Amino acid sequence: MPTTKTERLGIRISDDVVRVRQLTRTFALEVGLGLVDQTKVVTAASELARNTLDYGGGGDVTAEIVEQGGRRGVRLTFEDKGPGIADIEQALKDGFTSGKGMGLGLGGAKRLCNEFSIVSEPGLGTKVTIARWK
Amino acid sequence: MDRIPILKFGNALLVTIQVDMHDRLATALEEDLTSRIVSNNARGVLIDISALEVVDSFIGRMLDNIAAVSRILDADTVVVGMRPAVAITLVELGLSLTGVKTALNVERGMAMIHDRLAGSEADDADDED
Amino acid sequence: MAGQVGSDVASLVTRNEQNILPEWVELQKNAGTLHTGRISEGELQSQSRNFLHLLRDALTQSGTDTLAAPYEPAKAMLTELSRSRALQGFSPSETATFVFSLKQPLFNALNRDKTLSGEQIASTVWSLTVLLDELGLFTLEIFQKSREEIIVRQQREIAELSTPVVKLWEGILALPLIGTLDSQRTQVVMENLLQTIVDSEAEIAIIDITGVPTVDTLTAQHLLKTVAAARLMGADCLISGIRPQIAQTMVHLGVELNVISKASLADAFAVALRQTGRAVVKARRIEGFALPEKSGRQGA
Repeated sequence: MPTTKTERLGIRISDDVVRVRQLTRTFALEVGLGLVDQTKVVTAASELARNTLDYGGGGDVTAEIVEQGGRRGVRLTFEDKGPGIADIEQALKDGFTSGKGMGLGLGGAKRLCNEFSIVSEPGLGTKVTIARWK
Repeated sequence: MDRIPILKFGNALLVTIQVDMHDRLATALEEDLTSRIVSNNARGVLIDISALEVVDSFIGRMLDNIAAVSRILDADTVVVGMRPAVAITLVELGLSLTGVKTALNVERGMAMIHDRLAGSEADDADDED
Repeated sequence: MAGQVGSDVASLVTRNEQNILPEWVELQKNAGTLHTGRISEGELQSQSRNFLHLLRDALTQSGTDTLAAPYEPAKAMLTELSRSRALQGFSPSETATFVFSLKQPLFNALNRDKTLSGEQIASTVWSLTVLLDELGLFTLEIFQKSREEIIVRQQREIAELSTPVVKLWEGILALPLIGTLDSQRTQVVMENLLQTIVDSEAEIAIIDITGVPTVDTLTAQHLLKTVAAARLMGADCLISGIRPQIAQTMVHLGVELNVISKASLADAFAVALRQTGRAVVKARRIEGFALPEKSGRQGA
């Protein structure tokens, strides 16, 4: 899957969540996503950025514009070196929360995207990748 | 720290959110509104989100909380002007804000608050009979 | 060596353009390019001349390597030609004929050239065959892509056409759904409905499912999502047109729609009118007033 553009952003304070939303919006616009799809991927990014900050103790996001079989899309990878998630299946369920959110973060983000994958190792950190295709 | 201005409109409060809020700003708004409902003896709260391009679960929760708190304080909260793309995304996210009243625009929202006030005054009048 | 072939053919084209061009155009005409009147002979002439010149320039600069930059203008022209022919309804072979039919006039010109040895002619013919095959296939690929784009666009148009939002009264909209509701279509339906709610400042939307063949758990979910999204914007939804067997299936499947639903659109419309503070009354003659439609007869 060739990548045509990449940008990296640190997620350390709550203002960074706003910056992640703005970066995602810029990339989604460049890919040519429709307004609803833009809103969906930006919202998903916002949820995951907040997870990275609140549960992962901060981390990074890598935004990419990717191409596959003539389709363009936005791909975002959130990485943190936090406590990790022991039971991913449980964490994906609506209503599950270990913090102050509504417990819609992971499962909600998954529903808003075309692709979603999560790798987590307790004690080592979490990596969530999402993509939305045009 | 920045704060979102709250305007007084008769016995209602009006908030127009025009910036992409970070979480602390949203939390501050929730606190400010709660104290203003009490200090102004407000009966209605109108939150205009027509400028918001994104409402995620945090802001959704803030709206839900404001509605719940204002209900306890005997004020109606009406969220107005949600954009179609935001509404579709919220539903997909699993957040349908069932405890929040909604209206298409500020005018309709204000009318909803007034209708309710007129209704309760009529009830009061009935009680006196 | 390729460079040699390239400049040889380029000079051959320059010297023989007077023969090659009419012969090529003639072949295309014989193949039926003009039959349907989709393009004129003048157009065909100028397209052919342009391409021959672009090909000659590319050959001079980079031989027969079609991936090299000098081939870009020629490929751009083929792209344009392929696109427009796909839109005009040409068949793939009719489109590819444009490139493939150039072989014969070029080979004829080669054979007429007395300065070349038999061996040179053979190797040049081979290089040219490979070159024109590559360009011909390129044309086909673009043609195919253009057709696919047309199909995607038409699918979108059909999706939009099949979900019209109509205004029943000031502030009351109806969305007559026809066919099955999948998740992709639900999004189109939602977008259409919500945008119309904004544009017309509607308070109530009636979703009529008379034309929906079955309502299973998934369809019900899609319907409820639409209702929830409309409510978030401040509009209420009613559902109408639930046929008896669908109602039975829904109960059987345990599907619940927590919205006001009515059997017919007319019933739902009456509810909508009532909710917006209106009522329909039968017009009748009130003492002292004449009904307007009878006014024409009053003089008689």
